[in-house]
Amino acid sequence: MKAKSLISITDFTKEEYLKIMRLAEDFEANPNQKLLQGKVIATLFFEPSTRTRLSFETAINRLGGKIIGFSDSSSSSVSKGETLHDTIRMVSNYADMIIMRHPLEGSARYASEVSSVPVINAGDGANQHPSQTLLDMYSIIKTQGSLDNINLFLVGDLKYGRTVHSLLMAMLQFENPIFNFIAPPELALPNEYKIHLTSKGIRYFEHSEFTDIINAADIIYMTRVQKERFIDPFEYEKVKNVYILKNDMLKNTKENMRILHPLPRINEIHTDVDNNPKAYYFTQAKNGVYTRMAIIAHLLNLK
Amino acid sequence: MEKHLKVSAIKDGTVIDHIPTKALFKVIKILQLEDCSQMVTFGNNLDSKAMGTKAIIKIANRYFADEVVNKIALVAPHAKLNTIREYEVIEKRVVETPKEIIGIVNCFNPVCITNAENITTRFEVISERPIALKCFYCEKITNENEMVFR
Ligand SMILES: [Zn+2]
Repeated sequence: MKAKSLISITDFTKEEYLKIMRLAEDFEANPNQKLLQGKVIATLFFEPSTRTRLSFETAINRLGGKIIGFSDSSSSSVSKGETLHDTIRMVSNYADMIIMRHPLEGSARYASEVSSVPVINAGDGANQHPSQTLLDMYSIIKTQGSLDNINLFLVGDLKYGRTVHSLLMAMLQFENPIFNFIAPPELALPNEYKIHLTSKGIRYFEHSEFTDIINAADIIYMTRVQKERFIDPFEYEKVKNVYILKNDMLKNTKENMRILHPLPRINEIHTDVDNNPKAYYFTQAKNGVYTRMAIIAHLLNLK
Repeated sequence: MEKHLKVSAIKDGTVIDHIPTKALFKVIKILQLEDCSQMVTFGNNLDSKAMGTKAIIKIANRYFADEVVNKIALVAPHAKLNTIREYEVIEKRVVETPKEIIGIVNCFNPVCITNAENITTRFEVISERPIALKCFYCEKITNENEMVFR
């Protein structure tokens, strides 16, 4: 039988989302549960991502597991030309689970076919990064008490931003979401998502102005405009400073409203927002550890 | 009745008719007829009432399973297959676009893992006319005008 993996956010059902939320809450209350005692987890980072790797490795350590792996493919056999296929075959004989990040899209899905143990996709190029979405959802449920009836404002790069697309797909599983998209025309949400929303009868609104419309928000999800997504550097220069959230814009926003950001930020959230109680992005990052503990425990049937 | 006789008749085998003229050599490739040791005859730019011009292929002593034939739906969605025995058409079939395409085409996405390692491509057919294929691996869409055959 094929091991259960997490490659795309849509691999999980609504019930599984809710189970992850419950487990994350439990791990937050009791962070040191030695469920991985005697287990070895491989973290294979074919491209560096210190933030994501530290979050996963903290989760593994808190669960009492041991870690093998590499943080950059230049220090591994991969730089000697070994195929992904062979690396995964070998490592899945050593470890009880593989957590991988790879620059090529589809690499994690392929690894899950080759591997005999569960694979968690910690980012495959611009494609998927599902643990990010689950920690976003955990941050929403923690601050709003529910994943139903959320008015979600998504701001910035809605064209290439994979976290935006995944969060949108996941929130569709819940009751009565409202989506507000704020982006310059160059970075607007791709049509396929709008068609999908319309076909499901979901309300959404598109704006190109970043104004007091945000007063209706329960969640403002900020994203950064990533230079490496642009083929033409001039296009990047045109849009990089378009939407910047500043503290004085938050005066009339709802009391329960919270600001999320997948981090790292560049300048899209002004530092004067950081001390506002509505700024939630640093806590959001901490939530990532509990969420990843929950994902690992779920896939290995430890909870 | 047989206008096909511009391409010589076969006693036993398969006739694939109503192939778009531009798709003839792709069909030959998809069905791997280069490696076929039987008599293969084909004609291109033949008159067709329905299509203006068309291509036709006749393969002696070869019969094709549905899943093999359906692979040509990507390039010849209106093709018709006649099974011939003793110069008679004993069965007529049309091509059906499969739900899933395994192999045959490359993923259009240059940073897809299937273009980096020796992996059989796999696509879900999300639209038939025009063809749109969603890669099982990178989840990107390859459109009809972007299809490159392996
Ligand atoms: Zn692909």
